[in-house]
Amino acid sequence: MTKKNKAKAYWKENIRYVLMLLAIWFLVSYGAGILFKDELNTIKVAGFKLGFWFAQQGSMYVFVILIFVYVRLMNKLDKKYGYDN
Amino acid sequence: MTISYLITAIGVQDWTYILVGLTFALYIGIAIWSRANSTKDFYVAGGGVSPWANGMATAADWMSAASFISMAGIISFAGYDGAVYLMGWTGGYVLLALLLAPYLRKFGKFTVPDFIGDRYYSKTARIVAVFCALLVSFTYVAGQMRGVGIVFSRFLEVDINTGVIIGMFIVLFYAVLGGMKGITYTQVAQYCVLIFAFMVPAIFISFQMTGNPIPQFGFGSELIDGSGYLLDKLDGLSTALGFNEYTEGSKSTIDVFAITLALMVGTAGLPHVIVRFFTVKRVRDARKSAGIALLLIVLLYTTAPAVAVFARTNMIETVSNKPYENMPEWFKKWETTGLIRFEDKNDDGNIQYVADEINNELTVDRDIMVLANPEIARLPNWVIALVAAGGLAAALSTAAGLLLVISASVSHDLIKKVIKPSISEKGELMAARLSAVGAVVVAGYYGIHPPGFVAAVVALAFGLAAASFFPAIILGIFYKRMNKEGAVAGMVVGILAMLLYMIKYKLGWFDDTIPDKSEWWFGISPEGFGTVAMVLNFIVSITIMKFTKAPPEEVQEIVENIRIPSGASNVIKQH
Repeated sequence: MTKKNKAKAYWKENIRYVLMLLAIWFLVSYGAGILFKDELNTIKVAGFKLGFWFAQQGSMYVFVILIFVYVRLMNKLDKKYGYDN
Repeated sequence: MTISYLITAIGVQDWTYILVGLTFALYIGIAIWSRANSTKDFYVAGGGVSPWANGMATAADWMSAASFISMAGIISFAGYDGAVYLMGWTGGYVLLALLLAPYLRKFGKFTVPDFIGDRYYSKTARIVAVFCALLVSFTYVAGQMRGVGIVFSRFLEVDINTGVIIGMFIVLFYAVLGGMKGITYTQVAQYCVLIFAFMVPAIFISFQMTGNPIPQFGFGSELIDGSGYLLDKLDGLSTALGFNEYTEGSKSTIDVFAITLALMVGTAGLPHVIVRFFTVKRVRDARKSAGIALLLIVLLYTTAPAVAVFARTNMIETVSNKPYENMPEWFKKWETTGLIRFEDKNDDGNIQYVADEINNELTVDRDIMVLANPEIARLPNWVIALVAAGGLAAALSTAAGLLLVISASVSHDLIKKVIKPSISEKGELMAARLSAVGAVVVAGYYGIHPPGFVAAVVALAFGLAAASFFPAIILGIFYKRMNKEGAVAGMVVGILAMLLYMIKYKLGWFDDTIPDKSEWWFGISPEGFGTVAMVLNFIVSITIMKFTKAPPEEVQEIVENIRIPSGASNVIKQH
């Protein structure tokens, strides 16, 4: 693989990860916390209505997890392409 | 005399002096230890900060007086709608980590206008970026100095202006001496102080009310007195008094959507946050420290809605339909500051706290929800004093971070890069220090004489950042063909649209009055308009680009180079 092709392939995989993670980012915050809040509020977990919980708690936990998943995925990817020096 | 006797015998006032004095001595000690010796130290802390230290510093830099003092209060009055701040001010870090931080670190310069200027190979682009950075940072910092003054005046019983001046000297000392290096390590200490100060009362109160010491679970638990779930009770109390159900809120869905997005994108576009990721060693450290920063921020941000629910419930139960003369001491104390106002409209001696403004007799300033919370819950004196130290840590750390962006914009982006490129390293360092002094003085002036619109404008700093920087940086990284014509046009149109909308609908300068909600475009408030202005920026940038010529070969190579994570430390040396 030439240097240029390698960089291209790396970038393509990176973009795929980013799109996947941003889709989840969108679903938990704008989806569960805002657009579908009313439907989810009919479900109750302990004292929380679920839509309310996503808006004020759940989405934030997911954000943190998403970044650490991204860190792991990218460290692996860097290694695969030898960009980890 | 035992130690525990001593601890209870000391009053709130003395505890405040002790804790604030100790924390200030700590910050000054750290500043002396971490003086800056070069411009690289001054702008990016030498570029060798560990991911954990950078994460803590970013978290402290990020969480301002608004997060610490005002946010839980705002949520406790807004209920569900408060989610716009919670999601908006945390979700931006995901964008930052995935779309900006690694690439800007690889690019490896000192400031955001550096990136814009080099990537778009143009002095005009750089100057537009400097203007945006100064506009965003100044609107933001004036609010911080005011916050410092308020905490000083309420807890140390000096007047607000003296408070602002004391705060100015402290920030001046460590920002001018230490630059980025100094503020990074003081911010690490400030994070510890502020998170401890926020969590301790929250844990106490959660345990008191629900028996669960973890506030994040506590506010979804049943009350200890057996009256059912806390949130159900608060919903019931709210509707009985004529307010919206706490868990429902009152803003329209499109506005909640727009505000959340504007805050997220604005967060990712704020120069004082972005510049943080220039200070770590490698690209992988930039990614990791974004994660750590968010983790540390979320610790406070998931506690705040719990504090909001506890405080709201406690307050309603203490005051609603209770005789005025039976009010506890804290009520009278905050009444003298004017932050609680009671007017007995029907002369029955009882407090009627209801949604309907004609019959409502009680006005409570939302800022006191966090400050008065420990007193309302009868917590020990040292906990009350701790909140003061925490509030100061939050305001000072954010002010220092912003001042540094302002000083770097002047000394580096304007003097070194535009006005006098031949300036020596020593001269530039001196210029950086002098601009920091200038920035502190201007910020202090606005802290003492706040123009009426500062408070209104601070929230809009996010809209301005979303409308200007975010699209320019994203396109600069992800779209190789993006050229200077497109980027400059996009930034100018974006920021103008945001400014005009803000002036018309928030400040009301065009029509002598602030226009009614019904006139908002698409039902989007000025706070949410950053989303529209950002979309406009993207559209204008891409359209103009299509009709102008592609960027030069070497710029396209820069873009290819920043997409590859290896070799980041070499880039900064070449500078």
